[in-house]
Order: sequence, then C-alpha cells, then structure tokens
Amino acid sequence: MALKIVKGSIDRMFDKNLQDLVRGIRNHKEDEAKYISTCIDEIKQELKQDNIAVKANAVCKLTYLQMLGYDVSWAAFNIVEVMSSSKFTYKRIGYLAASQCFHESTDVIMLTTNQIRKDLSSPNQYDTGVALTGLSCFVTPDLARDLANDIMTLMSHTKPYIRKKAVLIMYKVFLKYPESLRPAFPRLKEKLEDPDPGVQSAAVNVICELARRNPKNYLSLAPLFFKLMTSSTNNWVLIKIIKLFGALTPLEPRLGKKLIEPLTNLIHSTSAMSLLYECVNTVIAGHDVNGSPFLPPFSLALFLFLRFQLCVQKLRILIEDSDQNLKYLGLLAMSKILKTHPKSVQSHKDLILQCLDDKDESIRLRALDLLYGMVSKKNLMEIVKKLMLHVDKAEGTTYRDELLTKIIDICSQSNYQYITNFEWYISILVELTRLEGTRHGHLIASQMLDVAIRVKAIRVFAVAQMATLLDNAHLMTGNVQRKGICEVLYAAAWICGEFSEHLENPMQTLEAMLRPKVATLPGHIQAVYVQNAAKLFATLLKNQEGNTDRTAAQETSQLMIDRLPLFVQSANLEVQERASCILQLVKYIQKLQQKDVEVAEEVIALFAGELNPVAPKAQKKVPVPEGLDLDAWINEPPSESESEDEQPKAIFAKEEPKHSRARHTEVDEKELAKRREARKQEQANNPFYIKASPSSQKVYQEAPGVEHIPVVQIDLSVPLKVPGLPMSDQYVKLEEERRQKERVEKKKKEKKKRKEKRGGRGKKHDSGPESEEDITPAHMVDIVTEEMPLADSEKLPVRSHRAAEALKSPAEDGDAESPASQEPKKKSSKEKREKKKDKDGDRKVSVKNGNPTRETALWMYIYGAEIDIQGNLQDGSQVVVSVIFENKCDNFLKTMEFNVLDSLNSKLQRPEGSGPHDGLSVPFQLPPGVSNEARFVFTMQSIVMPQKLKGTLTFIIKDSSTHEKLDFKLHFTCSSYLITTPCYSDAFAKLLESGDLKCSSVRLEGVNMPFHHLLARICFHHHFSVVERIDSCASMYSRSIQGHHVCLLVKTSGQTVSIDAKCDEPTLLGNVLDEIKQTFSQC
Amino acid sequence: MQFMLLFSRQGKLRLQKWYVPLSDKEKKKITRELVQTVLARKPKMCSFLEWRDLKVVYKRYASLYFCCAIEEQDNELITLEIIHRYVELLDKYFGSVCELDIIFNFEKAYFILDEFLLGGEAQETSKKTVLKAIEQADLLQEVRPHHLESYPDYDCCHKEALLEVKLVLEHN
Repeated sequence: MALKIVKGSIDRMFDKNLQDLVRGIRNHKEDEAKYISTCIDEIKQELKQDNIAVKANAVCKLTYLQMLGYDVSWAAFNIVEVMSSSKFTYKRIGYLAASQCFHESTDVIMLTTNQIRKDLSSPNQYDTGVALTGLSCFVTPDLARDLANDIMTLMSHTKPYIRKKAVLIMYKVFLKYPESLRPAFPRLKEKLEDPDPGVQSAAVNVICELARRNPKNYLSLAPLFFKLMTSSTNNWVLIKIIKLFGALTPLEPRLGKKLIEPLTNLIHSTSAMSLLYECVNTVIAGHDVNGSPFLPPFSLALFLFLRFQLCVQKLRILIEDSDQNLKYLGLLAMSKILKTHPKSVQSHKDLILQCLDDKDESIRLRALDLLYGMVSKKNLMEIVKKLMLHVDKAEGTTYRDELLTKIIDICSQSNYQYITNFEWYISILVELTRLEGTRHGHLIASQMLDVAIRVKAIRVFAVAQMATLLDNAHLMTGNVQRKGICEVLYAAAWICGEFSEHLENPMQTLEAMLRPKVATLPGHIQAVYVQNAAKLFATLLKNQEGNTDRTAAQETSQLMIDRLPLFVQSANLEVQERASCILQLVKYIQKLQQKDVEVAEEVIALFAGELNPVAPKAQKKVPVPEGLDLDAWINEPPSESESEDEQPKAIFAKEEPKHSRARHTEVDEKELAKRREARKQEQANNPFYIKASPSSQKVYQEAPGVEHIPVVQIDLSVPLKVPGLPMSDQYVKLEEERRQKERVEKKKKEKKKRKEKRGGRGKKHDSGPESEEDITPAHMVDIVTEEMPLADSEKLPVRSHRAAEALKSPAEDGDAESPASQEPKKKSSKEKREKKKDKDGDRKVSVKNGNPTRETALWMYIYGAEIDIQGNLQDGSQVVVSVIFENKCDNFLKTMEFNVLDSLNSKLQRPEGSGPHDGLSVPFQLPPGVSNEARFVFTMQSIVMPQKLKGTLTFIIKDSSTHEKLDFKLHFTCSSYLITTPCYSDAFAKLLESGDLKCSSVRLEGVNMPFHHLLARICFHHHFSVVERIDSCASMYSRSIQGHHVCLLVKTSGQTVSIDAKCDEPTLLGNVLDEIKQTFSQC
Repeated sequence: MQFMLLFSRQGKLRLQKWYVPLSDKEKKKITRELVQTVLARKPKMCSFLEWRDLKVVYKRYASLYFCCAIEEQDNELITLEIIHRYVELLDKYFGSVCELDIIFNFEKAYFILDEFLLGGEAQETSKKTVLKAIEQADLLQEVRPHHLESYPDYDCCHKEALLEVKLVLEHN
C-alpha cells in the first residue's frame, strides 16, 4: 500500500500538474497554441495510464484548458472514469470537469446514471453533495427521469446540507422532466416550513421560479408565503417572496390589499436597498396591472395610489443617492412609471435634469429616456436649451447623436404638440447642423422640410435661415467627417426653391446653389439643387421682368446657362438629366428674352401649385370605388415575354385561347359550325369583308387582328399615285421606321416615367409644353444606335405582343374640310387604295385635305395609325399619323414644313431644342406627280373626347420660289382611338357580366341598308369586330388604345337600328355612339 | 442567474459557470462579446447594462471583473450582493485572495462557488456554513491549495488582494 502511494507520487513528480501547466502557458506566450498541443499530447498519454491520480490530474488540466477555449470533448469518457473514482479528491475533480464540459448532447452522460445514483446514496454527504452540484449543471431529460425519485428521497435527507441541494436541484429536474413536478410538489411544499433556514430559502427559491412560469397553480400557497413574509428576516428570502407575490397579485386582486401593509412597512423600515428596490418594483408593476383595463377597478385604487406615491418618493431617494448603481436603478424604475403615470414623474423634473449632468453616460441616457415624457409647452424650451448645452459639451459621438435624436423626438412628438414658437425650433435645427460628425443629417433635414411645409407662417423665416445655410454650405461640405450633415442641404435647397417667393435675395441664393463646389455633394442632393435652382430662376425672372431694365433677367439666364453645364456632366444620371432639361429650357427662354418676349409667367407656371401636407390617414378616408380591387394586379407581373403576350387575352378569358376554342367545339359544335358557316356566307357576300383564309383562322390567336381588319371604304376621289419608292422597299422602310419608333417610344416612355417619379411633380411635368421636350430626339438616336444589337432581340416579343393585343389599328384620319366636293374623286381611287391596304396589313385611312376651292399644288393624305400601348395603359399613349404628300402640280416642291397647333391634350412630338410652336420639316422633296409618305407622332393625354388640331403645311415651289401655305385640320375621332380587337363570345359574355361597364344606348332611324352592310360600316368606320351575329342582332366589340372595352349590341327591325352599348368609360362611349350616329346620318 | 464569468483586465477568462445549457460555440461568442463590452466601460459607470434580452451586472475587484447575467425580472442589487458575497468567501478561504489564487486553484474557486450557488440560485446565504462545508470537504482531500509563495514569478498586479482594494475604492 505504502509502496503504491510512493510509486504514485514518483509518477506525479514527473507529470506536469495544473500549476505547471498554468505557468507553462504563461511562459510560452509566443507559441501558446504549440505549447498547448504538446500539453494535450501529454495529457492523452496520462489518460492512458491506470493510475487514477494521474488521470485526475490530467482531467483537471483539461478543465483548465476547456476554460481557455480548447475542445476537450474527446476526453468525456475519461472524465466519467474520474467521476467514478471512490476517492472524494478525484471524484470532486471528475464532477467539476463534467459540470464544465458536458452538455445535453454528450453521449457518455448515459453511462453516468448508475454512478450518479450510487453517489447520491453515498453515506458520505460530500459525495452526495458533489454529485448533486454536478448534476445541476449537466442534467438531461433522461437523467432527470431516471434520478427524479432518488433526488426526491434526498429532499427528506437527515442532513440539511443535502436537503438544501436536493430541493434546489429539483427545479432543474422539473424543467427537464415536468412529469416529476406533481409527485414531488407536496414534499417541496413541506420544505417551506423546514426547520433549517437554508432549506426553507431553497424551497422558496424553487417555488418562486416555478410560480413565475405559471402563477395560477401557486395561488393556494399565498397564505403560507404571507406568513413567511411577515416572519422572515432574511432579505434573500424576502426578495424572492415579494417577487412571487408580484406574480400572484394580478390573478388575485385581494392579495394586493393584504400586501399593502407588510410592503409599506418593509419600504419604510428596510435598510437593504435590494429589498427596497424589489418592493418598489413590485408595487409599480402591480399598479400597472391593477390599473389596466383587463381587471375591474377595485376599491383599492386610492390606497394603491398612495402607496405608489410613496414608491416614487423612495425612487427619488435612490436617484439622489451618490451611488451610481442606485441612481441608475431609480431612473430605470421611473421610466416604468412614466409609461402609466407621466404626471408622477413630471414633478421630479429637476432631479432628472440633474442626472443629465451625471458623469456616467448610462445614467445620462436613462435620464434622456425620461425626458420624453416630461416636456410640456411651458418647459420644452428650457429643457431643449439644457440639452443643447449638453450637445456642445458632449464628447462621444454616440452620446451626442443620442442627444440629437432625443431633442428632435421631444420636439416633434405628437405633431409638435409642445412647440409654441416654430422660429425657435427652426433655429434649433439650424444650430444642430453645426454638429460635427453626426449621422443624423437626414433626420434634421426631414424635420426642416416637415416644418416648412406644414407651418405656413414659418416659411419666411425658414427660407431666410435656409438661404443662410446654403450660403455657408462650404462649412458642411468642407470636412469629410461632416458628410452626414450635408443631408441638411437637401432640405435647405428644396425649401429655398419651393418657397422662393419669400427669399430676400434670391439672386444670391441662386448663385450659392450653382457654385461649382456643389458638384462635390452626393448626387441626390445635387439633383435637388438643380431642380430648385430652376424654381428659383423662375421666381427671379418674374421679379426681374417687372423692371424696365431687361438686362437683369438676361443676366440671370446667362448665369444659369454658364453654370448648368457642370451638372450636365455629372456622373449621376439624375443630376445629369435634370440639368440638361433645365439647361435646354433656359436656353429657350434666353432666346425668347432676346426677342423681348415676356416668358416669366409661363416659366413660373411650370412650378405652380401648392404642395399641401396630407395627413397620414387621409388615404383611408377616400372610399374605394365599387368593384375596384386594390390588391388585384392591374397587369400581370411581367415575367417572360410569352406571358406578356398572353396579357391582353387574360383580361377577357382566363383560360388558354386554344381551350376556349376546344370548349366551343365540345359544347355546341354543330350550332357553332352552322353559325360560322352562316357568317362565312355572310362575309362572302359582303364586299366589305376580307375573307378569312382557313390558315388565318388557325393562327387567329397569333394574329387576331388580321381577319377583322375591315375593308376600307374608300372616300377618296383622287387616283392614288404610287409613291416614289418601289412598293416593297417602302414597306420595308415603313416597317423599319415603325419598329424604330416603337423602340424609341418605349424608351421615351420609360424615361418619362422615371422623370415623373423622381420629379415628384408629375403634374408640372405634364402641363407645360417643355415636358415634351424632355424627350429628346438626340437621346433617342443615341439609345437606338447604341443598343441596336439588343434591340433586335427585343423586337420579337414586342411585335408579337402587339399582334396579340390586336394588331395596331388606325387611329385615323384627318378631317375633310369639305368632304362633299371631294367625294366623287375619292371614289375613283377606291380600287387602288384597297389593293394597297391589303398588302400593307397596316391599315390607313386617308382623307384628302386641302383647299378645294383653290388650285393647289399639293395633295395631302393623312393616314392614322395607332401606335404602341404596351406597358402602362394609363401612360399617355401616342398616335402616329401617316401623311401622304402627293405633288399634283408640274413644279418641284421643297422645304415642306408640317406644323400643328398643339392643344392641351394632344401634342405633336418635336425634336429636342425646338420650341412648342416650331414646325417639323418633311424629310423629302417632291418631284412633280410623285407622292411620298411622312409620319408624325402625336401624344394624347386623354382619348375619351374627340380632338381637332389645326395645322399648316408650308412649302416652296422650286421655280417660282414662292412660299405656299396649306391649312388643314386633323380630326382625331374617338373611333380612331379604338382598335379592332377580336373577342370570343364567352369572353364577351364574361366582360358584360363583370358589371364594371357603364351602359348607354342610341337609336338610329331611317337606316336603309342590309344588316350586314350596317355591321360592316360600324366595323370599318369605328373599328369594331363582330363577336356574334344571330339574325338581325349582333354583338360587337372593340378596345381603345388605353384599354377601355367597348361592347355593342346592335339590333335592327325595319329601318330602326338600336344600339345598346357598354363601356368602362362613359364619356368615350358617348362620343363613339355619337360618331356612329353621325356615320349613319350621312347616308 | 444565467451565468457567471470572471475575467481579468486583459480580458483573460479566469472562471466561467453556466447555469443554462448552451453550446460551446455560443458560450465562446457570448464570453467574447461581454468581456469586450464590460472592459470598454469607464470606471465611474454604474454596474448594470442591458445586453441582448438579459441584464448584466458586473463589478470589478482589483484586477478581476466579476460578471453575472440575470433575467429581466431579477434583482440587480441582490446580484451585486451575490458577487460580493462570493468575493468575501474566496477571501476568507484563501486569506486575502488575489487573482493568482484563483488562477492556480481554479478548481477550488469552483468548489466554493458550487457551495454558494446551485443551478443559478443562492443555496446558502450564511458565509459560515459555506466555508464550513468547504473545509470539511477539503479534509477528505489529500492535496492542499497552493499559496502565494508558490508562484513568486508573477507580476504584483495579479497579487493585489481583491477585497482590500475593493474596500479602498468604497472609501473613496
């Protein structure tokens, strides 16, 4: 035996013990990892030995290494070995290692169950104690289940040392194995009255923790705890009991009444701050709950309130204490009170303001939190003044930023409720901009904007302040650190621009906004600068035009023209775009100025209109129109080009077109076939129909418009000359042109959309003629050429989309000034026209314009062709008018210029740089007898009303060199906005059922023509397609370029034709019906 | 209580006791974060901070920080008392305890803590009882704790008695 001990100690002399390891690690600071890996190797060797002392030593070292962050999970089994040593020394080390290293997923824990059970029942109480302590750290659900009974037995152990531990560990067992709670609870309850205070305290602890999780089950213990509370003098126990009551009172209000006295006594008597704090907290929490609407108010309210006041008094004592910890906790508790009883806190304003001066930042932050609830109209300025002082003094950026947000929070709370003087607030905001390195520039900026917009009276002052800010912008931009604050310039520039009429010295501000230094600001701020410089410019013009001296105004324009190019070169797209638009605008204005034209009114109209604040809830007050589903997609979300093709159809019928066709066949094939046959027969007999070829029937969906293209009824009396180019070439050329236009227009539309979005002033963009100039041909060209390769691939989906949508069909026509006189001539050209059209596929309606009373050198045919409504249907659509010019005289015609007087609604698109009244030169000359075609694009705002545009064509007859002028009128009828769109009867029925359409009807008397002629006429003149025809009744359908559905039901009996119509746009419908009526009144 | 950490001014962990089951990875992460946060605080600041959804209570004794994480409803002041009580126990046991005592006898420090707290709850509020239990358990053990003389090669800062310095601070 003695020998063995000697041998053991000799072994250990050569081993490193823990102290050697600690020292070794310290001595190998440079190569700690290497040293430790050799140590671990040694430990592995030691663990292989039989000597338990060596093993225990190794495990002890491992425990130390584990704390340093090394993985020792591989030694888990060795730990179990050491745990099962019979010697307390090693067992203790083993259990310590296990409690530090084991967790629920350690597998070897399963092996420990029996060992632990053995240790729990060991005669040595320290063995048992060590096992219980270890178990508390690594108890798993399995261990809890297997050992629950053993531990329960230990709760009644003779030694309090064991009882105490057993009681405490039961809590962990309950958590892991809740089923054990029921059988163990009676014994646990007994322990509340254990003679040993330690055991008693342990039982209170456990029950308190349990009750916190589920208070309901522990209400019955309240009397027992009440007794304990009044008898115990142990603060630790008292705190737990009070906490327990805090959990129980919400369930049993009567308990609150009973508690008042002992709690008040404790608050008055105790010297232990921890206990006092616990009491106060419980009272506050209890008061919250009692005051909450969930529980009926009970007679104790007043009582509680008095006690509550006592608490606040006590908190004041805490806050006044020199101990930072108490101060902090006092403020923390105060902030809890603030939520429910702001008044109680307000009376301690002085104290809380004092805390703002505290040297401890965490205390200052707590005090700041409290300030929020303490301001009133009276003290706001005073409090903010104090905060501003702190802002100046504050060292850390974090704390200063916190102060800044708090100042703004406090001032802006409940819609600036406490601010009596907004000039003061603006000054505060301006002062805050002087803060260095704050991140909250945008916060200040949004406040400035908000106040300037919402408080009208303050604008003069605000504008003056902002102008100063702009003037001193270099203070903010100079320092890189101040980056965050330059956001303020965003607000300043906007306010100065928007409310520029209040500026004292607008010229100076304009100069400040156009300084080259501005180009160093972030892009979004530059953009606002540019935009608002334009507003300012408008105001300046207005002021200066009032003067007799015109030079001032011209100088202003020159300043703009000089400075803006810097922004045109900006790398930021938005800045660039805005700057180039405004630069063009200013150049144009300058041109006018030089002609002594007064432009200020028009320029200022660009930015007219008050920006009114809108309440956040205002939108809710607008009733949603019936049948409008705000959540539904207006258009299917774009995914692939294919799905885009389906889009227009989906409006009518959800199912695949082929399916719908198949269903037709199934449901009523015979009938349908019969009808189709009848219809074919009808159409065959009808000279106005183009007969559908069988193949076209099949590809109907791909090119639905084809068979529905009505044959043009030729109204031309002039023989149609073949245009200068060979037919096919021209066709190709037209096609190319058209595609190009499409692309360009698409681009333009996108551009426009973008512009409107970021302009935030869509209206203004739309209202002025300049908005059209925004879309610059130069850009178009650039884009088209640059993106040619891409454009080719783009072409396909776009094309098929159009085809599916209904092919384009004609917006039409010019208006014959005196159709009667033209009539005979027109007729004669009928055949040729028709031929051309058939080949073309692209329908054109032509009407000759001109002055028939006079010898004219030129015939003008005006063709209409609708263009492109893809994308947003609401976005102003464009109409392309094709004009054929035919030279009827014997002289060469040149320098033709086409011009139209724009109306508000419709405008001719002109290239960039040209004014709203400039003409477009026709890109060709005409030799005698030759005709050629030119296309002009018009933009339409609204298509519900017919439009008439007056225009002139000027040209020079070569030999005579005389200027000739031809006046004409373009008549855009409502029918010309309709596109012949095929529609199946089921889709048609659905549409009618949908109930979104408004009804209207018209009666035509004395129509003396066969029914199919009548239909053909409607089809041709008004671009309808026949959906279905039964006897003397037919349903017809058409769609506007903006997507309105127009449905007609035409019935005839004798000479009376009645047309019932439905459309989602009543005005449009009314006009279309009027036009139909007119068509028939003429015959 | 969720866990207790002891670490030095240099951020070296001296003792850790976890009363909630967490993976080693999480433990390491939490330790790193907390040590950084606490060390960054200025000496005059109060002992409490809100961290994640827990409250952290810490106190510095000479070169060692004692740091506990407690839950929302727990009492910060009593936690401070627990920390102080633990330091007193260490002091009584080692006799003017210093950081080195805890480093070289870290298992003893654990044993004392385990006699004082169990499963995160105070199990014995009487200092005498705790010390008596430890002493009696030690009687069963063969190895005596190492004492200051046995680690002479250390800087004096680690030898500062935790509690005395604490008392001096209090008088200031």
